[in-house]
Amino acid sequence: MSKDQTNQCCCGGNNEQFAKLDEVLVKYEGVKGALIPVLQEAQNVYGYLSKDIITRIGEKLGIATSQIYGVATFYSQFHLKPRGRNIIRVCQGTACHVRGAKAILQALEDNLKISAGSTTPDLKFTLETVACIGACGLAPVLMINDDTHGRLTPEAIPGILAKYA
Amino acid sequence: MQHIRAHVLICAGTGCTASGAKRVEAALQEELAKKGLDKEIKIVETGCHGFCEAGPLVIVYPEGTFYVRVQEEDVPELVESHLYKGRIVERLLYKEPVTHESVPNYNDLSFYKKQQRMVLANCGHINPEVIGDYIASGGYEALAKALTGMSPTEVVAEVKKSGLRGRGGGGFPTGMKWGFTQNAVGDKKYVVCNADEGDPGAFMDRSVLEGDPHRVIEGMAICGYAIGADEGYLYVRAEYPLAIKRLRIAIDQAEEMGLLGENIFGSGFNFRLKIKEGAGAFVCGEETALLASIEGKRGMPRPRPPFPAISGLWGKPTNINNVETFANIPQIINKGSAWYASIGTEKSKGTKVFALTGRINHTGLAEVPMGISMREIIFDIGGGIIGGKKFKAVQIGGPSGGCLPEQLLDLPVDYDSLIQVGAMMGSGGLVVMDETTCMVDLAKFFLAFTQAESCGKCTPCREGTKRMLEILNRITEGNGKEGDIELLEEMSRNIKNTALCGLGQTAPNPVLSTLRYFRNEYEAHITEKRCPAGACSALTGYSITELCKGCGLCKKSCPVEAISGEIKGRHNINSEACIKCGACIAKCPFKAIIKG
Repeated sequence: MSKDQTNQCCCGGNNEQFAKLDEVLVKYEGVKGALIPVLQEAQNVYGYLSKDIITRIGEKLGIATSQIYGVATFYSQFHLKPRGRNIIRVCQGTACHVRGAKAILQALEDNLKISAGSTTPDLKFTLETVACIGACGLAPVLMINDDTHGRLTPEAIPGILAKYA
Repeated sequence: MQHIRAHVLICAGTGCTASGAKRVEAALQEELAKKGLDKEIKIVETGCHGFCEAGPLVIVYPEGTFYVRVQEEDVPELVESHLYKGRIVERLLYKEPVTHESVPNYNDLSFYKKQQRMVLANCGHINPEVIGDYIASGGYEALAKALTGMSPTEVVAEVKKSGLRGRGGGGFPTGMKWGFTQNAVGDKKYVVCNADEGDPGAFMDRSVLEGDPHRVIEGMAICGYAIGADEGYLYVRAEYPLAIKRLRIAIDQAEEMGLLGENIFGSGFNFRLKIKEGAGAFVCGEETALLASIEGKRGMPRPRPPFPAISGLWGKPTNINNVETFANIPQIINKGSAWYASIGTEKSKGTKVFALTGRINHTGLAEVPMGISMREIIFDIGGGIIGGKKFKAVQIGGPSGGCLPEQLLDLPVDYDSLIQVGAMMGSGGLVVMDETTCMVDLAKFFLAFTQAESCGKCTPCREGTKRMLEILNRITEGNGKEGDIELLEEMSRNIKNTALCGLGQTAPNPVLSTLRYFRNEYEAHITEKRCPAGACSALTGYSITELCKGCGLCKKSCPVEAISGEIKGRHNINSEACIKCGACIAKCPFKAIIKG
């Protein structure tokens, strides 16, 4: 990801926004190996990790920004771009694969008119793929936010999406 | 005390919750209250039964009646008929896929009959959020026994004698690993539980954590005592929110009762547990990568030695085991190593939990003694192949494992026999495939996975898997070349020998094992430009069968005008012009168009 993408931040310099981040940082003061939990909680608060947030975390934890960037880009959980209000995770695990996960992803892409890994222009949905949700008994499955939907067919997709629109 | 005449167990695991278990529970509560039965009938939320396919599951005790796919609309009838009048609701019983008989009792289901549920004994039978349920079933007795009656060395010796081997993949003897950490010099030591269950198609660790979290905590505490650690970490993947929630509750309850914390059982032994949430990286299932991730770094493996037993978390001696391994410990201490070693085969002791998925009738968790044949697991417990199709292969061990064809179905399943035939136990994911699965596509699927998850540290894995994937892509797209198979084999050998960590070294396994048993499918793709299973769309032709009524919808939908035919007459596809987009199949109201 290029640097200028992380510049498109809506919360830069907004101290009120940083108040919540500072609360998280206080909680982890002096805790060993705190970087990942801090990034997780910061992302919970802000939805994604902007350049400003990463810089602030670096200053407070005394970790180089480059190192935080390295960690944030290593793990699939972290996002440097704004994301949709509803996060769709389509399982592409083995069990789902042999039960037609490809067609489910295709149906989602067709319905949302975006490709996997991107967000709808109205910021309603972000479409992602995951390796395995561990609900193989219901394959093929997807998760929208914390809800798991199983035994899917491509025809069922519009109805499921409508619930979150 | 109030007299409870019946218990209604509702599975609240991830699978059943997704199928509507919470709505069923709410409806049941309401209905019982309406009928005035809520004082004498108790609803219990349980963990996973491992039979997610048939969820939401409801079991009524004392009879042990097993109801499947219960929906909220079914609740009034269930209450009126079963709980009020004592009559079983026939239509909600499970029907065996082969005999079509309905089975009222839990223990009589073919899915459970051949299983030997030891690690999963409590899953689905106790409320995982109530520590009293675990204690009532004998929980924490093993910890008490170890702390008050055994020396740390005796505990390690007992685990060694049991023959328990690591359930996470490699199968290293657990007692030996404990011994290394026990003997390591250090002022501080750690116990780490690897719950980063990343293998696609494996979910046994998730079910144990969701259904019986205290068993894992107890196993870890016993390990802490044995190796001399007072602190432990559970590294759980963030994709398992329910498991994390239940673990937090369990740790809090154990601390409250003094089963974790300071001076446990007055023995002077202190032990605390913390949860670390993974952040989505498959490679963190590798132990050195996992430790780096706990330390807040990029989760990349490092060369071993030094092994974590000598220099692990923050450079201190660390013992890492998988969830299922820890879950085996309490019973070994309780019932003794001799009892445990009496189960299984000569070199693989105890039971193993397999996650059965894919084209199989009973998807779910099966715990069986080591040494059982694959045929028994797939056909007796798993209920055979969906739709009566022909069995083709089973993939065992996820992206690091291999496939077993029909002729190896009678192989006794244990660590060593699987290695011999080019597969591995791995975490125990079994994905069953039928004649419609293309083995080249399967190998491509796994390689795409390992390629995407490669951490990038070592060149053989980072570059090698990418080049191999490119070759597989061109084979499945019909552009395979003479010599591609040999090139794949050569690259596989090189990656196996030179990659840094276990994940890289085993990444070529799916390719090697499909080549070993299904070489002809690769050849068909390359030389005949044909996919025998009809799965690779670039190599699949479309045709219209006699079901065609001549409505003309397909002809209109075809973007390249490859379909010809008169209204009310059978249509025809010109395979030269067809671009295999699938638009006609989607449009045809009579299912008259087939691939193949």
